Amino acid sequence: MSVSVRVPTILRTYTGGESEVSATGSTLAEVLGDLDASYPGIRARILDEDGRLRRFVNVYVGNDDVRFLENLDTATPDGVQVSVIPAVAGG
Amino acid sequence: MSAPTIDQPTTTATGPGPVREGAFGNARSLVCRECRHEVDLGPHYACPECFGPLEIAYDFPVVTREEIAAGPRNIWRYKALLPVPTDIEQSPNTEPGFTRLLKATNLGAELGIDNLWVKDDSTNPTNSFKDRVVACALSAARELGATTFACPSTGNLANAVAAAGARAGIRTVVFIPSNLEQPKQVNSAIFTDQLVAVNGNYDDVNKLASEIAGEEEGWAFVNVNVRPFYAEGSKTLGYEIAEQLGWRLPDQIVIPVASGSQLTKVHKAFQELIALGLVEDKPYRVFGAQATGCSPVSIAYKAETDAIRPVKPDTIAKSLAIGNPADGIYVLDICRESGGAVEDVSDDEVRAGIVLLARTEGIFTETAGGTTVAVTRKLVETGQLDPALETVVINTGHGLKTLDAVSGIVSAAATIEPSYDAFRATGLGA
Repeated sequence: MSVSVRVPTILRTYTGGESEVSATGSTLAEVLGDLDASYPGIRARILDEDGRLRRFVNVYVGNDDVRFLENLDTATPDGVQVSVIPAVAGG
Repeated sequence: MSAPTIDQPTTTATGPGPVREGAFGNARSLVCRECRHEVDLGPHYACPECFGPLEIAYDFPVVTREEIAAGPRNIWRYKALLPVPTDIEQSPNTEPGFTRLLKATNLGAELGIDNLWVKDDSTNPTNSFKDRVVACALSAARELGATTFACPSTGNLANAVAAAGARAGIRTVVFIPSNLEQPKQVNSAIFTDQLVAVNGNYDDVNKLASEIAGEEEGWAFVNVNVRPFYAEGSKTLGYEIAEQLGWRLPDQIVIPVASGSQLTKVHKAFQELIALGLVEDKPYRVFGAQATGCSPVSIAYKAETDAIRPVKPDTIAKSLAIGNPADGIYVLDICRESGGAVEDVSDDEVRAGIVLLARTEGIFTETAGGTTVAVTRKLVETGQLDPALETVVINTGHGLKTLDAVSGIVSAAATIEPSYDAFRATGLGA
């Protein structure tokens, strides 16, 4: 499954400045693994030492926050957009 | 694998060229609240190491009560404690703050609290506390060379941003959910002709704003890329409460919780005043108020856990309806460590809280204020708040913003013919 991943500004140091990159995987965990193979170190910025999503990062598959889905086990269908966005709220 | 070095620019990402000397007053840097990683002042809001929230760190000079008292009757009297330049008063803005602190004797009697005050922010320029934070965000946007001032919002923030942008003469774009009630749209659209309605809910609009902030040059989203500066504005609520009480801290304070930012900043303000020697160091208890239909922080508090599970909001208190509150964990820390609590109330209790404050103190509050009043009642009833201690509740905004919440529960007591006999028949006479 090929997906596009939107990369936030603070992680673009890993992607050579690219704001959108491609990755493969049938789940979010697999996508992040493939992303890390292409851009070493990027996964450790998104996941904590225990391998869970960091508290202040939101990941969306399509328009849905994966915390309301299956977290890292969320399915990533072919062509879907995965967005990594720092958590902000208020307003 | 170690991370590459994060190059923090000394120039801005929102505009050309370096910022001027003193652009951010006594602010020193941005510090991650989670891992303490420090970055240069600029349009950054997330820690490059852990995504944690960045907040302003200062090198404060000696600040005296007299200097503050000699300042203007708005938030700029505290400019030495904010990330703004010393000449901030020369820049057109809405000059919010120094709102009234009312002795709420009638409400206190109703709730059984001996010494109760209401900090009434409904009298700000656009009738909510958001004018404070937006004024600080506007200053940062100016100093960073932003050409567009923007926000995602459902109400108060949109009003404040649109009005401040108009006053400042800066292009202002406000993003709202397309299904927002017409009166709320008018409240913002009156100030700007660049209101963008997005097909989605608030979370969708917020996500879009974050994406635009990462892509567009020259945009300052008040609660995204200049959020650290914006959030500092809430400290002025704490400063004013202390000054208006005669330079002392209250024993207890009840604050509504949406993202949790306001509560954490009022606490930060109290801590700064103590550190600066402007008030006596004394214990105070902080209480957070949520609506049950969106109460992830209250749920975590009662479960005695730090794990805040995001929720899908379902409450009339829409300005508090943030299902994944970024500062929730810090609210838990502050409320627990101070001996306070986090509590929640039903929508019916929120409505009753609005009516109670109106009928006891003549203040028409929005749903967030109704939540705070109702939670205060519940905290007394459950023994969590000590009614013998001096208590402040914060009213964040005006009830005209959320008329729909109470329009169905208040009405004419009687409809009569224009005759004295008809009036007497109502039983409302002497």
